[in-house]
Amino acid sequence: MAYTKSVPRIWRERIRKYRLLGGVCNDCGKVFYPSRRFCPRCGSGNVNKVTLPRTGKILYFTVIRNAPTEFKSFEPYILALIELDNGARILAQLTDIDLEEVYEGMPVEAVFRKYKEQGRDGVIEYGIKFRPRE
Amino acid sequence: MEKVFIVGIGATKVREHWNLSLRDLMVKSAIKAINNAGINKQDIKAIYIGNMSSGYLQGQEHLGALLATWLGIAGVSACKVEAACGSGGAAFHQAFLAVASGLYDCVMALGVEKMTDAITSDVTSALIMADDQEYVAFTGASFVALNALIYRAYIKEYGVKQEDIALFAVHDHKYAVNNPYAQYRREIKIEDVMNSPLIADPIHLLECAPIGDGSAAIILCNERFLEKKVSDQEGVIEVLSSVLATDIISLHDRDTYITLNATRVASSKAYKMARIEPKDVNVVEVHDAFTILGVISLEDLGFAERGSGWEIVREGEIEIGGKIPTNTMGGLKARGHPVGATGIYQIFDIVTQLRGEAGKNQVDNAEIGLAQNVGGVGGTVIINILKRVR
Amino acid sequence: MSINAAIVGYGVYLPVYRIKDVEIAKVWGRDVRRVPIKEKTVPGPDEDSLTMAFEASLNALRRAKIPPIEIEAVFVGSESPPYAVKPSATVIAEALGATPKLYAVDMEFACRAGTTAMGIVIGMVSSGIIKYGLAIGTDTAQGRPGDELDYTAAAGAAAYIFSNPGKDTIATVEGTYSYVTDTPDFWRREGETFPRHTFRFTGEPAYFTHIIGAAKGLMEKMGLKPSDFNHVVFHQPNVKFPLRVAKMLGFTMEQIKYGLLTGEIGNTYAAASPIGLANILDHAKPGERVLIVSFGSGSGSDAISFIVQDGIESRRHLAPYVEYYIKRKKYVNYSTYAKFRNLLKMR
Repeated sequence: MAYTKSVPRIWRERIRKYRLLGGVCNDCGKVFYPSRRFCPRCGSGNVNKVTLPRTGKILYFTVIRNAPTEFKSFEPYILALIELDNGARILAQLTDIDLEEVYEGMPVEAVFRKYKEQGRDGVIEYGIKFRPRE
Repeated sequence: MEKVFIVGIGATKVREHWNLSLRDLMVKSAIKAINNAGINKQDIKAIYIGNMSSGYLQGQEHLGALLATWLGIAGVSACKVEAACGSGGAAFHQAFLAVASGLYDCVMALGVEKMTDAITSDVTSALIMADDQEYVAFTGASFVALNALIYRAYIKEYGVKQEDIALFAVHDHKYAVNNPYAQYRREIKIEDVMNSPLIADPIHLLECAPIGDGSAAIILCNERFLEKKVSDQEGVIEVLSSVLATDIISLHDRDTYITLNATRVASSKAYKMARIEPKDVNVVEVHDAFTILGVISLEDLGFAERGSGWEIVREGEIEIGGKIPTNTMGGLKARGHPVGATGIYQIFDIVTQLRGEAGKNQVDNAEIGLAQNVGGVGGTVIINILKRVR
Repeated sequence: MSINAAIVGYGVYLPVYRIKDVEIAKVWGRDVRRVPIKEKTVPGPDEDSLTMAFEASLNALRRAKIPPIEIEAVFVGSESPPYAVKPSATVIAEALGATPKLYAVDMEFACRAGTTAMGIVIGMVSSGIIKYGLAIGTDTAQGRPGDELDYTAAAGAAAYIFSNPGKDTIATVEGTYSYVTDTPDFWRREGETFPRHTFRFTGEPAYFTHIIGAAKGLMEKMGLKPSDFNHVVFHQPNVKFPLRVAKMLGFTMEQIKYGLLTGEIGNTYAAASPIGLANILDHAKPGERVLIVSFGSGSGSDAISFIVQDGIESRRHLAPYVEYYIKRKKYVNYSTYAKFRNLLKMR
């Protein structure tokens, strides 16, 4: 499919995907990822960009045993809803972890990793994953 | 606003239709609905087609003109409506608006999905498009996985045993046995569910609606058309309300995961518009793409207190003869879930009940029915409330 | 022009996975008592030389205590870039937040590229072209399965931020020397997955000649002798070579102890001697003199002499020590290693 081979699509999002660039709403106080023009909770345009902390904890997790095609070779892997230290929440893969190690509340830290490749001869898509924090 | 009536329904069985293409399925259900209404195909002035993934899974878009061509009524107003798994409900909503506005006398809402031509991992890729491609699909999330997170949140919040939630699948299968349109017409036991393989922990295979092909169609019209063109005035159903609401598309941006806010918003509006309360509903179709969604939906629709949706399942309240008969034709789990068509199948099933045509699954004196169709992880919810008026 | 540069930040990164040489030996039927090292690092399936370089750079920035935008040069030395054509430096810089006013390039000189990147940044800082520059050595080295290199080729990264010496400086650069000849002891042709090497030829004419040439060259140039240094680190393809070259040059075990890590982590190629240097800095005291001598096949060696400054005391705890990464480990068996390293034929 076209979208899985698009370089501009990846390029355009690179800063937010590489740097945990989030937003904070000056009206309702919500901190969110990624940054955007309007607060997802209250709709306010009074938002600022903020670099989110690289540490947090796992709220909920699941093990993906039947992955979308592009992630098939990584099965099984853990997907987690993570709350960062300032309250922002992010969905990300866990890495450097065995399936039996993960638990709700586990402290984690952000790492820069490869998410997928646009085929063997295509570009590599990098982003933030999380690993257990000692 | 004009009153809107349902005068015809048609559907294919949900299954792996190796011999039928996307267009074959559409034409088949359309003709069945037209015949069921006893009208001419030329009477239809507009068609709204609910479909999620024809582009990705079939390489086919532009379903409006495609169906108009293959149905032999090119010239008619027709287009696709997409809201992920809520596409069917959204298409019905558009059809409702078209008649209610007074613009068209008679329209068709049709849902279709042709999934089984693709390998499972490609279907998984297609379904996750229901969420944010850049910040959710990018992480390798599957649609099952997102619902698994909801499942975990619910279990943690209310301290419920998984068996009590998984029971929803057993419920659905029991009623699919008597539904000739259902994909899985066999009963299953809770042990079968709990022993089936994990897809995304804690969700087991038998807690997930299956992949299948199908198409269903509904003919809607106004009162004028009903009086003039419809010969059979028995079993006429009125659409009391049709409401679509959205929510923040991705879980991580929401403040809560154990309730689908769009269900609450859409249903409270729909009850108001229909001038009824939850207790007035005789039969309901909830969008149980996963067992947990069935449980949460019972709560969000006002049929159970928060955190007790699973109890009313366990206590038999959602059985035929119970307080709120639910998914009496098999639901998404057993009737089947050809995603973009599901919202239309739900209307088909409710109409079948309200007309008294549900056979062994008939709910006595069913007069008012409600269908809840969900797109994504609750990013879109459509509530349609129907009533038998003749 | 004299050198006017100092390390103001340094950081390393090692993947969490390890494989024991004994495990590799069992697969290939080799005498488990005759393996070159104890164990080596293995990159995870979502890691490459670029992602490791980023993590090491983040640690260097933590110690440098500067906003990433102040970095004006990113030089990445590696023989295992994820792309044959397309720089890693740009991705690393973008992820760190150092773009776009930036000198950035990838460099290749086998295991020597890390120190060469350092040398260039030292030059740019000294000349006043830039204020802060980042030099990285990073590799996810590949050995042909069963080959001698399969037992040692490891993964790791080290990053150094240089600037003009100031009050919080970690170590000032005292002198540099480079020694290069056309000596092909190890190479990998374009399009080939694995490198080739020349067995014993890689010893005397390559490794020893160049390391000794650079080390002696620097000491002669600076008027220094081995005993003037508190610590020394040599490139370490195995444990034997650096020990022998230290002896040949007249260095003691005491001087080499912090810098020699191959036995525990394997040969991290372009990151090998820079990671050794980082471990020295983790332990060194202000005023101590440190020598690093790299070696890259092809062949060449860089020798750089540093004087540790007071800043080390207040900065070294700002990022994880080398020892933290060495101790943080998960063992994998050869099958998992083969899967992680894409050694299984999938098509």
